[in-house]
Amino acid sequence: MDFAVVVTVEILHSIAVLVLISSGLAVIFGMMRVINLAHGEFLTLGGYVAILGHRNGLNLYFCMLVLAPVVVGLWGLIVERLVVRWLYGRLINTMLATWGLSLAMTGAFSMIFGNTMTGIPNPLGGLTVGDYQISGYSLFLIAAAALVMAVITIVLKATRAGLIARGAMQRPDMAQAFGLNISHVYMTTFAAGAALSGLAGALLAPLVGLGPGSGANYIAKAFITVISGGASVVTGTIVSAGLFGSISQVFTLVTSSVGGEIALLVAAVVLLRLMPIGITGRFFKGWT
Amino acid sequence: MINRRQFLATTAATAGALALPSIRAAQASEPIKLGSILDVSGIFDAYGKPMDMAATLAVEELNAGGGLLGRQIQKVSYDTQSDMALYTQFAQQLVRSDQVHVVHGGILSASREAIRPTLRKAKIPYFYNVLYEGGVCDRNIVCTGITPAQQIEVLVPAAIEKFGKKVYVLAADYNYGQITAKWMSHYVSQSGGSVLATEFFPLDVSDFGATIAKIQEAKPDLVLSALVGGAHLSFYRQWAAAGMKDRIPLASSTLGSGNEHLVLTPQEGNGIMVAYSWSPSIDAPAAKAFLDKWKARFGDVATINEFAVNNYQGIHLWAEAVKKANTVDHDPVIEALESGLAIDGPSGKVTIDPQTHHAVLDMQLMEIRDQSLAVIKSFSQRQPIDTQKFCDLKANPDDNKQYEIDI
Repeated sequence: MDFAVVVTVEILHSIAVLVLISSGLAVIFGMMRVINLAHGEFLTLGGYVAILGHRNGLNLYFCMLVLAPVVVGLWGLIVERLVVRWLYGRLINTMLATWGLSLAMTGAFSMIFGNTMTGIPNPLGGLTVGDYQISGYSLFLIAAAALVMAVITIVLKATRAGLIARGAMQRPDMAQAFGLNISHVYMTTFAAGAALSGLAGALLAPLVGLGPGSGANYIAKAFITVISGGASVVTGTIVSAGLFGSISQVFTLVTSSVGGEIALLVAAVVLLRLMPIGITGRFFKGWT
Repeated sequence: MINRRQFLATTAATAGALALPSIRAAQASEPIKLGSILDVSGIFDAYGKPMDMAATLAVEELNAGGGLLGRQIQKVSYDTQSDMALYTQFAQQLVRSDQVHVVHGGILSASREAIRPTLRKAKIPYFYNVLYEGGVCDRNIVCTGITPAQQIEVLVPAAIEKFGKKVYVLAADYNYGQITAKWMSHYVSQSGGSVLATEFFPLDVSDFGATIAKIQEAKPDLVLSALVGGAHLSFYRQWAAAGMKDRIPLASSTLGSGNEHLVLTPQEGNGIMVAYSWSPSIDAPAAKAFLDKWKARFGDVATINEFAVNNYQGIHLWAEAVKKANTVDHDPVIEALESGLAIDGPSGKVTIDPQTHHAVLDMQLMEIRDQSLAVIKSFSQRQPIDTQKFCDLKANPDDNKQYEIDI
């Protein structure tokens, strides 16, 4: 029984990590059809901002929940204005440009922070469940992921900004005809996606060792989750993260870490063969 | 009477004979060239930079003492930028255009294997000064770092004695991790313990939640780790975050070799048992002198790691061999190395094992305490027994391969 609780928490934790690392990408790709290959570096930047802020005496939760998203969001704004906005609708060019950006950011990280691993101490201790120990921070991450999904849903569904964003994404010409400034909508959406990436990177920082190349560890999983999820930002992310998180964690428990990764990839390939436009392309149509 | 052709021939010969001593003299005062080939930038620079600094220090030190054979030593170094393709290119350059007398360098096993054939063919002695998985058997190479058996034979029995007999092994899923895990199992059973499970992780895995749950279910007395690199560092943090550190102790064959213990907080790192040939807290004159020299030259001793010390010792071993052979020529230098050559290095006495060309070293059993490596016990002159099982250069001087050590 106790072990079942531990396993459940591990599975939820795994899902939460997938939700967090892919939510920023989901917003940018799902809504704007822009493939941001620098997504991993946005995550890393969030981690570095949190670490630097904490080292300079700021409160850890402030650094993770406020400082990192704000800084990375601003960085996203700059990137959108300088690079991405000239390339809307040109998929390959955007990929090349953001790939170049990711290389440049990795280089800059190693110049500024050195090519060593850094980290911040985990703020929460362990919890005892019967004979077992679980990480208190896992529960915090699960709550954070749920909250992020809830906030995105509310913003998209219940606010005027969300309505405008969705409208502008679906029919940009129509939205423009209503007098909306499409360029500003895109800019804000990109910055919001970047801010979400920054938040995710900062939240992961106390769990992992962070180095200049850390982004590469996440990007494949983030893309698999987003592409398999399909067009709906929230539903797609939750459904595919839920599916892949459970599959990889169950297989890791039963076989090994390699088994878990293989199971995840096989599941993704099968899924995309059956549903080429993602889960929400077939089911949950019209969901947010 | 001589004809024109004869006259020219004689004059040329005489001129040549007259010029010969001056050519010889010029040669004698020419510097001895030491080739250094390391990843000083790129993703392995955390290892390469301190190694390069150590090489600079060693060469400057030798030159200040009058050089070798009355000649100064010139360090010819190339930065391979963590790119394996550049190793082959720069090795060719060192051989062909720089015409060096010895090469020290290479960090990953892949980089060593990339340049080893070139240097063997060119008959230039090659020193590989990094801890690695063992098994290289080649008369042209000298390996001065520790091999798994040297380390595990010290670490595992001590950890089992202190913590208990039931062991869970975690290792990186590549050559080094696989071989080290085998030696761990070997010494666990030799010490009367049992391995409950062995798990391998690809180098980019950074989520250890499921593994931590599995370890708890298996209830071992001790976890042995041969995890490698930045992503795997996450294990120690997640282990501490789950509150496991006070429940099940850890011992590692890799943590701290790249100064990882400085990244972990004291709560995350304290009490983890490790074993290396070098620790800044070795209480010996040679170690203290090395720290002083490093501080005088570079200001900060925090950059020193096991790799840097090995590189420094490798260069001094070569210098000893040159002094003993009284020449920089290939065969006499190799023969001098095979004569049971030894130096007193920062890590203690380092002896070249003539059978394998690997180093016999002192080992330190240590514990991480407040981000430092504290020596618990010292072990004198440990043999590279893994490589000795397969490699005998005295019996087969023409051997030229890396044996896959299987036990």
